[in-house]
Amino acid sequence: MSDAPIDLLAGRLRDRIGADRVLTDPAQLRTYACDGLATVRVQPAVVVLAGTRDDVTAAVRLCAEAGVPFVARGSGTGLSGGAVPVADGVLVVLSRLRQILDVDPDNARVEVEPGVVNLWVTREAAPHGQAYAPDPSSQQVCSIGGNVAENAGGAHCLKYGFTVNHVTGAEVVLPDGEVVHLGGTAPEHPGFDLLGAFVGSEGTLGVATRLTLRTVPAPETVRTLLLGYRTVEDAAGTVSDIIAAGIVPAAVEMMDALAIEAAEAAVRCGYPEGAAAVLVVELDGPGAEVEEQFAQVLELAGARGAFETRVAQDAAERDLIWKGRKSAFAAVGRISPAYYVQDGVIPRTRLPEILAEIGRLADDAGIRVANVFHAGDGNLHPLILFDDTVPGAAEAAEDLGFAILDLCVDAGGSITGEHGVGVEKKAKMSRQFTADDLDTMHRLRCAFDPAGLANPGKLFPTPRLCGERPGVRTAADPARDPALGEVF
Amino acid sequence: MAPPVIDPSASDPSPRPAPDPYRPDAEQAHPSDAAETADILRGTRGTVVPVGAGTKTGWAAPPTSCDLVLHTGGLARITEYLPGDLVVVAEAGVPLAALQQRLAEHGQMLALDPPEEGATLGGIVSANASGPRRLRYGTVRDLLIGVTVVLADGTVARAGGKVVKNVAGYDLGKLYTGAHGALGVVVSTTWRLHPLPPARATVTVPVADSAQAGRCAVRLARSPLTPTAAELRWDGAGSGGALVVLFESTAASVRAQAREAVALLGAGTTGDDIPAWFGRRPRGDLVLRLAYAPAALPQVLDALDGLGTPDDAAGSVRITASACTGVAYAAVPPGADLAALRAALAPYDGSAVIVGGSPAGTAQAAGAGRTAAEHWGPPGDAFALMTRVKDRFDPGRRLSPGRLLGGL
Repeated sequence: MSDAPIDLLAGRLRDRIGADRVLTDPAQLRTYACDGLATVRVQPAVVVLAGTRDDVTAAVRLCAEAGVPFVARGSGTGLSGGAVPVADGVLVVLSRLRQILDVDPDNARVEVEPGVVNLWVTREAAPHGQAYAPDPSSQQVCSIGGNVAENAGGAHCLKYGFTVNHVTGAEVVLPDGEVVHLGGTAPEHPGFDLLGAFVGSEGTLGVATRLTLRTVPAPETVRTLLLGYRTVEDAAGTVSDIIAAGIVPAAVEMMDALAIEAAEAAVRCGYPEGAAAVLVVELDGPGAEVEEQFAQVLELAGARGAFETRVAQDAAERDLIWKGRKSAFAAVGRISPAYYVQDGVIPRTRLPEILAEIGRLADDAGIRVANVFHAGDGNLHPLILFDDTVPGAAEAAEDLGFAILDLCVDAGGSITGEHGVGVEKKAKMSRQFTADDLDTMHRLRCAFDPAGLANPGKLFPTPRLCGERPGVRTAADPARDPALGEVF
Repeated sequence: MAPPVIDPSASDPSPRPAPDPYRPDAEQAHPSDAAETADILRGTRGTVVPVGAGTKTGWAAPPTSCDLVLHTGGLARITEYLPGDLVVVAEAGVPLAALQQRLAEHGQMLALDPPEEGATLGGIVSANASGPRRLRYGTVRDLLIGVTVVLADGTVARAGGKVVKNVAGYDLGKLYTGAHGALGVVVSTTWRLHPLPPARATVTVPVADSAQAGRCAVRLARSPLTPTAAELRWDGAGSGGALVVLFESTAASVRAQAREAVALLGAGTTGDDIPAWFGRRPRGDLVLRLAYAPAALPQVLDALDGLGTPDDAAGSVRITASACTGVAYAAVPPGADLAALRAALAPYDGSAVIVGGSPAGTAQAAGAGRTAAEHWGPPGDAFALMTRVKDRFDPGRRLSPGRLLGGL
């Protein structure tokens, strides 16, 4: 044991939290080197397996005293590298904080620890006729703490909104170790809405140790429909027609031919053969409204030449329709040795032209792209297929992904709809925002974390210190954040 | 086709002389766009209070200093409207009613219905104003998808974007919502829109006591019915009140839901009229907005009853609650013990803030003479952090000084 600051810190963490919960053995640390973005790996110096909320507070305080950066991690399913550790830093793992603290159906609130898995919240609320609306595809494993950090979405956020619309309170350990309570059970509170700014801040403003979530009544009626089309344009046209008819479906999902092929190979979801695109449309709500609008949707789909119309007759058939969609990411593993998931947003009305442009970019690069997306809100998830045994293929896939993001920004959209910026897309932030926009966001960062210890090297395109003159950037410090080299 | 349920002609969109709520001798500035707003802030050093139509100046504490009143009413362009994407970009000075009128041409609406006549988008964001339909559609924080502000130093900064789904960067729109201009002057807003529902129905349920009001609210909130609003008029213990539940959807659905609501609540008459008090704020010498855990409605009504009745309240509506959401508005006697009320609400995560009223017969601004502590109540454990946020965004404390919680 040396007396390097990080080793001294590890000793203090062991004393406070317990030797069995503080890992420094490189073999054990390796497990935590990446999250769902497997291409970026950084081994942390120390991993803390927090068992209680006090452990989290203690770990953050000790890091702050030592001036050592830290990163919080939940289930590690994030796709933008938001939980990639910092070398010479501490990774605080929250997945053992799994207590459901309170279920309060009369107030439509559930209070949880951050390691609680997304789907468990709905499981707790279901006996009371309620559900937790945000439903990212990874909902069987992803944690609420991670959902809050990334402002996770999901298929049903078209109608129900995102994580930020379903969190009413948070207990947060600030980067200096102070514990504050943002929001609460009530719908609003005097003062700045710091909770609203905290949700989606990607772990750069502190660590949530307790979250109050809003649940919604389970809908009376749910209707799910699978539609098959000969052309992508017809499918996209149907989406526009549904919106123009004044219908707000619970979800409208689209998959193209390659994504359908992959889903069929993986889970035999029975999607129509020969379809250039399928739509999954779900309506929910009171029976009379759903039935009337469902009939309208069928009519609109027919007018656009949908050649296959499959209406789920029961929960099992609904699950099968959704199974193809929700397993699509993993399914492309069946048709390609490796793949890279992108996440961009465009105005919904520009879907056909942007898809055609993605096709052109893919052809030019000689790369196959399967498209799976939340069509209702224009949120694209191009799955870029490559062979990771071919030198340069991963880089080419990433280049294509970034070119697609440029398309999204140029169309008036966003570089991320639900996966977050993380390490993956921080260089693209300056494509979407001006230096002044980013400087203004940085003011918030400095108010929460003047020392820059919470999840440094994420979200902002260029690392910088608080107190610097806006516009003057320090160079990246590779010793502190070697992952930077992989992005720039 | 039924008439649009949010009537764009209900409030007056025509410009009117903006009030001068703070200081008769303050300079007045009327920029016409973001660049001029930035020039003004760059070119001056004194304290600045931004104001839109001035309909909610009493919603924040009076400023401790005001060298310049910055009127945003000249920023009045609807910059971009994309009906197919259900998105609109409009400058801060656009009156909500004018925007609704434009959107209604395409069968769409911004699902916000604060009642203040002439209110502008910038003012609605800055005061975080909402109305009955928050039950179904949420509030500013749920509908504002992009925002441009001018900071105290003249920096023009944008956050969010023009697409509904967007998690790139910090969502600073949340921070500016309800900040009364203390972090930056809102100059442009981008919103997600909703289709105008084709039909409506109401259910009116007489409520005998606060416990019954609470039972009805919880029953409704836990049912799969999808009312757009549920407003309670409360006339005090002894008098009771009325709950009006509003359904807006297809014709068949609103009829069916109204019938189900009557069965669920055990009483009620159905119709399609909305009473005049629905969605209006109570008036009086001292008006409060209360927020609390939604199921605490009976306790909140009891606490308000304990404050007594204002002298001039005869015949006017004193208390309304958006019954399932945990928000109520109340006219209380001017001498009411707000500290005691706040203590009574504390177990329910409750707060009570002043949103208006002025001593009768005076020309003083609403809330004039009250300290920030009286106005907002005691700050919580995040106040030091709020102070740090204020000092990063407005290091000279020149924007809306003293108007916010804790005198920020």
